[in-house]
Amino acid sequence: MRAVLDVRNLTTRFSTPTGALVAVNDVSFSLREREILGLVGESGSGKSVTLRSLIRLLPSIASQSGEVIWQGHDILKMSPKEVRAVRGGQISMIFQEPTTALNPVLPIGLQIDENLRAHTTLSHRERLNRARELMDLVGIPEAARRLAEYPHQFSGGMKQRAMIAIALASNPRLLLADEPTTALDVTIQDQILKLILDLRDELAMSVIFVTHDLGVVAATCDRMAVMYAGRIVETGTIADVFARPMHAYTRGLLGSVPRVGTERSPLMSIEGTPPGLSSIPRGCAFHPRCDFATNVCRVSQPVTETVEPEHDVACHNSLAVLEAGSPVQ
Amino acid sequence: MPLASFILRRLLQLIPTLIFILIVVFVLVRLLPGDPTSAILGDRALDADVERINRELGLDRSLLVQFGVFVESVFTGDLGRSISLKVPVTELIAQRLPITMLLTAMAALIALVMAVPLAFWAALQRGRAADAVIRGAFQIGLSMPVFYIGLILLTVFGAKLGWFPVGGYGDGFIEHVHHLFLPALTLAFSLSAIIMRNLRSAIIGVVDAEYVQFARAKGISSRLILLRHVLRNALISTVALFGLSIGTLLGGAVITETVFAVPGAGRLMVDSIYGRDYPVVQGLTIALAVLVSVTFLLTDLFQAWLDPRVAR
Ligand SMILES: Nc1ncnc2c1ncn2[C@@H]1O[C@H](COP(=O)(O)OP(=O)(O)OP(=O)(O)O)[C@@H](O)[C@H]1O
Ligand SMILES: [Mg+2]
Repeated sequence: MRAVLDVRNLTTRFSTPTGALVAVNDVSFSLREREILGLVGESGSGKSVTLRSLIRLLPSIASQSGEVIWQGHDILKMSPKEVRAVRGGQISMIFQEPTTALNPVLPIGLQIDENLRAHTTLSHRERLNRARELMDLVGIPEAARRLAEYPHQFSGGMKQRAMIAIALASNPRLLLADEPTTALDVTIQDQILKLILDLRDELAMSVIFVTHDLGVVAATCDRMAVMYAGRIVETGTIADVFARPMHAYTRGLLGSVPRVGTERSPLMSIEGTPPGLSSIPRGCAFHPRCDFATNVCRVSQPVTETVEPEHDVACHNSLAVLEAGSPVQ
Repeated sequence: MPLASFILRRLLQLIPTLIFILIVVFVLVRLLPGDPTSAILGDRALDADVERINRELGLDRSLLVQFGVFVESVFTGDLGRSISLKVPVTELIAQRLPITMLLTAMAALIALVMAVPLAFWAALQRGRAADAVIRGAFQIGLSMPVFYIGLILLTVFGAKLGWFPVGGYGDGFIEHVHHLFLPALTLAFSLSAIIMRNLRSAIIGVVDAEYVQFARAKGISSRLILLRHVLRNALISTVALFGLSIGTLLGGAVITETVFAVPGAGRLMVDSIYGRDYPVVQGLTIALAVLVSVTFLLTDLFQAWLDPRVAR
């Protein structure tokens, strides 16, 4: 199937008073229609910045390079007006923090309506109906009354749903979901995941799904990409990556998932903490924490190779990792 | 309706404020140097006359009784008669206070018109040349004394160019506005500097907020982003500051009215203090204090409208 989104060598830098920080480094991946790509990695690995970079939603201190080919056109080369048509209309984003993402002084209804006004030709009455329908869709009861309410009158979970309603308002072709279910309890989390899966089928929507929860990735995604220190270190189908991880970091992540049924302790965990952006190690950024590291890892940055069909990895010792086997199953 | 109950609560809060104002005015006027009796009779009055006047003015009774009489007369709309002008104080206030109110309102409007767009520009150009120039210019505005700015404007636009009258108030609304323009501009300078600085930093604080980013992610126009998402949130703190500045503005009006010979309440206040025209000072103080309280109330309501979290 044809790729709807093709990201090539995407790099995002922040110029801070203490120097340039590379938050997203030479990231490439592609996404097909209806595909759900899970993006995983530790805190600070650049998942949120990657999502925002796709629609150029960055502060003025940021600069970007590379290509983000969306349905044949490079978003990074679009005029501000063209980008506005894409944002919220064709590509929508669910932010990580529902409490800070909603404007505290505007009623929820208006915040939904803004999206509809920008991207549809619906009349006032039709937009109101659509807003009610969206509230029902994401499971906010008493839609008519709640549209007039303000974010501070919503609980955390309800804010999360309201934000999802806003993102889905204009039937986007691509949904960038930045940990869309973290603020929710498990049953609601399942409802939201199911909703996203349904919409994927109904609207032929593609999804990039950022999460810390590998269980969710296994249950909902088609493929996954693993990020470490601003780079994508491994991509592949869920089955391939879970069964045959080829990057030591991926293997560590899989091993740190508590196994269902047995005692809830992880099999293993990755020693140490991820590096800060200002002190990314030379060579492979993961080498100080890696059990498989050899001399080459300390000096040279591994290039991304397609080792198996549809399974890419950037690791000097991928075969050794593969041989060590997957910690899951 | 949370807003309706909020308005009601704020109105009820006005009552203790008004009582407090009355107490302060009552005490302050009695602390002024000199007393009304000698103001009426002069310094070389006979003891018998002094006693008679004291009795007529009720000054021979206990302070508590005097206060009771004072409160009663204020609530019946009787603020006494001016000693020097021989007319009811309420009549004087009705003549002069609207002039000061128009002056203050014009000053506030001019200050906003100058400050808001420039605050936006400075904030969005943060750290660049335009920002530095705007902030520098307002810094000068803030550090110059009101009467000095007034004199410069008066000399250039009044005397030299003749665009504006150099004093007085004129007849009819248009002429009033024409006469009050230079004094209002004078008065507006320091307020606009304060507002500009506050709003600029408020905008800088809001412009990178997550909800502004989320609004941008919806693909709405930059105009909507700036007005609806940035300005509205940034204004919340500025409106509070603006309300608090109205008192200062009225104080500034006294000086400005003197420089521009505007026959407003400020001038009347100065004249009455010099002339020890006790009832006028008392009545004016009450009127101004009520005016300030009402302004506070209005800014609170505006704030509640801007920020629904206020009216809880
Ligand atoms: N505006 C900014 N200026 C400077 N650095 C930034 C800025 N925004 C993000 N960063 C840095 O970019 C890096 C990646 O951040 P990002 O938010 O993408 O991480 P993440 O993978 O989403 O983490 P989490 O799982 O905690 O959400 C972090 O080190 C962060 O400090
Ligand atoms: Mg994040």
